[in-house]
Amino acid sequence: MYTSPGWFHRFVKEQASHKRLVVQPRMGFSDHAEMRRGLQAVKQLNAPTVGTITLDSFTRNGDFASAARAVAKGLPLNGYPIVSHTCEENQALIAGLRAPDFPVQVRHGSPLPVEVFKATIAAGIDAIEGGPISYCFPYGRIPLSSCLDAWRISNRLFAGAFDGQGHIESFGGCMMGQLCPPSILIAITIAEALFMIDNGIRSYSLSLAQGTHSTQDVAALLALRQLGRKYLGPEHQWHIVFYTFMGKFPQSYEGAVAIMEESARIAVQGGAERLIVKTVKEAHQIPTIEDNINALDCSSQASIAAYTDPLARPGVAAWMEQIREEADFLIDLLLNKAATLEKSMAGVFGQGYWDVPYCLHPDNKRMTTAQLDDQGFIYWGDTGCIPFPRHIKTNAVRKGMQLSSGRLLQMLSFNQQKYDSAAQPALTHI
Amino acid sequence: MKPIALLTTIPSDSHNWNLVYIQLFLEEHGFTVVNMGPSVPFSLLLEKCRQLEPSVVIVSTINGHGYIEGKELIRQLKELECMKDIPVFIGGKLSTDANMSSLYAVELEEAGYRKAYDSREDMTEFSRRLEEILLQTAVSR
Repeated sequence: MYTSPGWFHRFVKEQASHKRLVVQPRMGFSDHAEMRRGLQAVKQLNAPTVGTITLDSFTRNGDFASAARAVAKGLPLNGYPIVSHTCEENQALIAGLRAPDFPVQVRHGSPLPVEVFKATIAAGIDAIEGGPISYCFPYGRIPLSSCLDAWRISNRLFAGAFDGQGHIESFGGCMMGQLCPPSILIAITIAEALFMIDNGIRSYSLSLAQGTHSTQDVAALLALRQLGRKYLGPEHQWHIVFYTFMGKFPQSYEGAVAIMEESARIAVQGGAERLIVKTVKEAHQIPTIEDNINALDCSSQASIAAYTDPLARPGVAAWMEQIREEADFLIDLLLNKAATLEKSMAGVFGQGYWDVPYCLHPDNKRMTTAQLDDQGFIYWGDTGCIPFPRHIKTNAVRKGMQLSSGRLLQMLSFNQQKYDSAAQPALTHI
Repeated sequence: MKPIALLTTIPSDSHNWNLVYIQLFLEEHGFTVVNMGPSVPFSLLLEKCRQLEPSVVIVSTINGHGYIEGKELIRQLKELECMKDIPVFIGGKLSTDANMSSLYAVELEEAGYRKAYDSREDMTEFSRRLEEILLQTAVSR
């Protein structure tokens, strides 16, 4: 049993009470010294930050042998291989850095995360993220049933190790990174929070990723808060994390800065307490420590002036009501599906009642599509087997688009083109 | 019957959108696409190759590990009798270092890929090669 500091969530809530948005990088390096330098630099920044240790994709997929081999050969990986380093090395990584005002979270993307959770617990790190749907569907082909088993075990280990105060963030609001209607994102992140609660977790966060229209994003965040209040435990146990756009990123410096700043403003207006940032190098390469620091600084600065009334913004109230009703309908389908939450999760996807557009996972029905209108508002294109009542469909569906590779790419590039074309032409390429 | 294009990725790569996009692209070029989805183990890929005998295999990868696992993939694939003469392409982000990727592309071609692409600008060239394969398949049938 580890005595829990419970620092992560407490720090975020404390900052929120002072109207300060916590900003967090995605940083992860395979080199131990570089990883520590990264954490140090984030800590030293004059902004409310939390540290991140992002794992590499060998570790993410449970291929610890390949991760260890790469470490031994000195080959650079795309993250920190926490399972391949010893427990002592992992503890040394954060020793003297982690503190009540600088909590650290492990970010991983593992569909079967038991070993990652064990290594995280052994290192004494009390914050992690993911979930049985959000790290199953978009990331591979492992059956949902296996992910549910592994996540149940992992959540219980985490709850036990940190006396219920270990913090888990659902990644459900980030499914596919882009081009996903907010209602299903909200439904999934709430479902994952319910799963955590079932398995003893008492400190958790709900997520949502930036979409392609800020009005819709602010509305979705507000709807998420309403549904969190309706379905989850007391609000002191949870917070909301927003993600700077995860899809095809602006390539120009100005475009990247503009979308980062916009995401910080959306986060604040929508009432999110934490923001996971992207960097200006996102479209080009894996960001360096310096890129991350600049991104955190820029996002934090942009958030400061944004505390205004979101409902004063035209369109927000109507979108909020629409998204809330749509998501509430999906959650209701889940809760009335079967005797247990896990059976319900498997059931709604099995029948296509929940269906994530464009997700190739074998357990996803793949009957739905999503599309953008000219302004960037996202709609369902085809709702497949989702039994939305007529009045929800009327608002949520836009038909008539023929999907082609070119059209898909155009939709995936919507933000890239929008923010790059607003940038100075002479400086478009960095 | 349209020729089969087998669309796959390396075991450690969990990305989805590149595969959705390339599937549509291949379909528009006249292929029936079997999209294996993300994170494909070598064993499953080999099994599918034996089963489907595709006219072309496309490895789309953007997680930066293509230069490591892509080589093992082609080595195992070329050991299959039915795959000896089948063109295999790899493309995407081949390593975590954009500057090194063009060098890794050369290495991957030496390892047996018909062509390795390290940027999106290569789509026209890729298009041309797909058209060639389509013609050849029609002739050989």
